[in-house]
Amino acid sequence: MKNIITIIKKQFRDTVKNKPVLIQFLMFPVMTLIFENAIDVDMPELFFVKMFSCMYVGMAPLVASASIISEEKEKNTLRVLMMAGVRPFEYLIGIAAYIWILCMAGSAVMATSLPSEDIPFFMTMMGAGSIISIFIGACIGIFAKNQMVSTSLMMPVMMILSFSPMLAMFNDKIEKVARFVFTQQLKVTVDGMSFENAGRFGACVLFANAAVALVLFFMAFRKKGLE
Amino acid sequence: MIRCKGIEKSFSGKKVLSGIDMDINDGQIFGLLGPSGAGKTTLIKIITGQLGYDGGSAVIMDKEAKDLTREDNRNIGIMMDNFGVYDRFSCTDNLKVFADIYGTPYGKISESLELVGLKDAVKKSASDLSKGMRARLQLARVFMHSPEILFLDEPTSGLDPRSSKAIHRIILDKKKEGRTIFLTTHNMEEAHELCDTVALLNEGRIVDIGAPDELCRKYDHKKTISVHLNTGEDIEFPCGEESGRKIGELIGSGKVETIHSSEPNLETVFLELTGKKLEEE
Repeated sequence: MKNIITIIKKQFRDTVKNKPVLIQFLMFPVMTLIFENAIDVDMPELFFVKMFSCMYVGMAPLVASASIISEEKEKNTLRVLMMAGVRPFEYLIGIAAYIWILCMAGSAVMATSLPSEDIPFFMTMMGAGSIISIFIGACIGIFAKNQMVSTSLMMPVMMILSFSPMLAMFNDKIEKVARFVFTQQLKVTVDGMSFENAGRFGACVLFANAAVALVLFFMAFRKKGLE
Repeated sequence: MIRCKGIEKSFSGKKVLSGIDMDINDGQIFGLLGPSGAGKTTLIKIITGQLGYDGGSAVIMDKEAKDLTREDNRNIGIMMDNFGVYDRFSCTDNLKVFADIYGTPYGKISESLELVGLKDAVKKSASDLSKGMRARLQLARVFMHSPEILFLDEPTSGLDPRSSKAIHRIILDKKKEGRTIFLTTHNMEEAHELCDTVALLNEGRIVDIGAPDELCRKYDHKKTISVHLNTGEDIEFPCGEESGRKIGELIGSGKVETIHSSEPNLETVFLELTGKKLEEE
């Protein structure tokens, strides 16, 4: 536990200094606040909160976990941590906890535009979605040798996860494919602020995505470890 | 403290270490000399339990290296050539991470930084440090939790002479404190200056082992004394009573400018044993 807290502390110290990752966490919450308050045209209710929150889940945790892990691998600081007695699972839990906490903070900022009765449901969905996204990012981070490879692998995954809910709104064909992606089901669920919209299929997609992310994560970890 | 017997290690069928035998006593500086690719880093990784081995035995602190626990690792400090530092962190913040892991009080951080001469750079970001300062920051990280055994893999590689000297001084201070130091280098002057015992490693085999002076004397085949006179003349005397008398007379007459014995340096010994140079040209 002590080492997990050390990793979380280390990451918090790095937050302000690591601009590319910081931007990921700030961009959508800030954009949500601005758009929700500044744009006054005939739009569906809370359109930007619902849209940007799904994009946020598909982007920030994924980018953060992949880039943090791959950077530590590239710069050989991860090896130093392992040699100092930090176990791989402690490191990964520490990183995941840090990212999740920041994502929840960002989500809380977005939730300020929501009616108070919807906030617990919204935060639960954001929390669950962030976990799936963190696992996918960690797979990429573990698999990639360095940051450049990590970015190359991360970009297409990030585009699919974060942009498919938006594109699905404008194109039925894309929607037919996007419905198998957890961020699209998240969008559907958050749109109605209940599981009713997504139905059994939506729940299945969420769980299937989570299971695939978990299996991929363990496969990547078994194959590559943290070396 | 460290005992290796017949260590064997292969990568993809290629033997990288073969029959490595050595004993390192407490409080000793042991130097492993060899050119790049000789197997120095692999041996460190094996002894510190980072890497398994195919045969033989590596015992450290009375325990097989592969059985080392996290608690055992606290008594070992490792500075590898390729280990990184957190670039965005200051020197202090870099050490804070490891102070938290080792449970070392934060007070030790400034002590360690002062020890390696980084007192004025405590708030400086690691990315702004020179190569020598980064090496010293790594040393501070190694020393902070006061480990019993220090593994230093090419600690002065690529550093300017001044930074190297500073690191040598720190290593010798640690020896005085009773630490056991395992040093790898391909710099024979460094090995001669610091080490009590050196092992010459070539293509995964130890070709000879002993005190640096002993090794140099052992391979002194010429056994002569060269005298340079103030007349510009160079005279080479075979070692012996008669030569001693003649050299004594020359010294008495005030003609001698320099006098040297013919024992080789470690570089020449290595070259003789392997046909290779220690340092890359």
